[in-house]
Amino acid sequence: MAHLGVRSDAVAITVNGDSRDIPAGSTITSLLTSLELDPRLVVVERNREILRDRDSYGHIELTDGDTIEIVHFVGGG
Amino acid sequence: MATATQPTLDTPFVVGEREFQSRLMVGTGKYPSNAMMVQAIEASGAEVVTVAVRRVDLDRTKDAGVLHHLDPARYFLLANTAGCYSADDAVRYARLARAAGFNEWVKLEVIGDQESLLPDTAGLLDATRVLAAEGFKVMAYTNDDLITALRLEDAGAVAVMPLASPIGSGLGLLNPFAIRTIKHRLSVPVIVDAGVGTASDACITMEQGVDGILMNTGIAAAGDPVRMAIAMRFAVEAGRLAHLAGRMPRREIAVPSSPIAGMLG
Repeated sequence: MAHLGVRSDAVAITVNGDSRDIPAGSTITSLLTSLELDPRLVVVERNREILRDRDSYGHIELTDGDTIEIVHFVGGG
Repeated sequence: MATATQPTLDTPFVVGEREFQSRLMVGTGKYPSNAMMVQAIEASGAEVVTVAVRRVDLDRTKDAGVLHHLDPARYFLLANTAGCYSADDAVRYARLARAAGFNEWVKLEVIGDQESLLPDTAGLLDATRVLAAEGFKVMAYTNDDLITALRLEDAGAVAVMPLASPIGSGLGLLNPFAIRTIKHRLSVPVIVDAGVGTASDACITMEQGVDGILMNTGIAAAGDPVRMAIAMRFAVEAGRLAHLAGRMPRREIAVPSSPIAGMLG
């Protein structure tokens, strides 16, 4: 859930449909780390664009209003 | 399996230039537990296992991902686009699945109706064209309509997957004639997907001459999924061999199996 008091050093993003405030300067890597997700087991989409290159995650800085989708494989037929 | 005294019993099962040993493909959904899912899949002998693409549940990330339980080095992961109701959505899910980095295959579903889960064949054709052009190996889940099957083949699908009966229904093969017709007319493999409820359904389906079967609920929702997985493995093999062997003609009269000559006077 989003923090109530938005600090100036935070950016507001949406992750899997939920609003979140994250520290300014956060990257995809730091977001995944904070969510305790293994980058090798998920796929990340930013503003409807798939981030195919996992090596780039550490360089992609999240900005205010970004919509992030993090998906993985689940059981299905 | 083949030895010096045992001729090769079956022809290779090739889909999209890849050869598989098992003609049974299985899903990973709806099992009572992950441990049972793993056991049942192992017992089924399947190499190809389907998975779905979904949002990570950020509140409980430890256990939900199927790759925490299934070794992707051991099984060929076939991502599906289940739950997609438009070609655009299906294409998006397929691209996400490919970005996971395992392969460029997709079991394409474009569903047209929430109640029947029957395919939207127009959307399916659109999505097949887009994905085939992007280099995807598209296995298209469709109904048992020959014309759609032919168009999917033309659109670049590497396999066409007509249903036996609706997804999760367990009603078995409702239209053997339609499935045989599709098999006779297509060059790409025909793999029946959905509706197989028990081993006899699988056997009868394979006896129609199709190349394989994909099933999920028939195993996962069985009273004992591991036993059913084994039953399905045998049923698929039995049906395949019976098809290759060629059944005897049906007759409306009895014909004795024992000699008539030599009876006591």
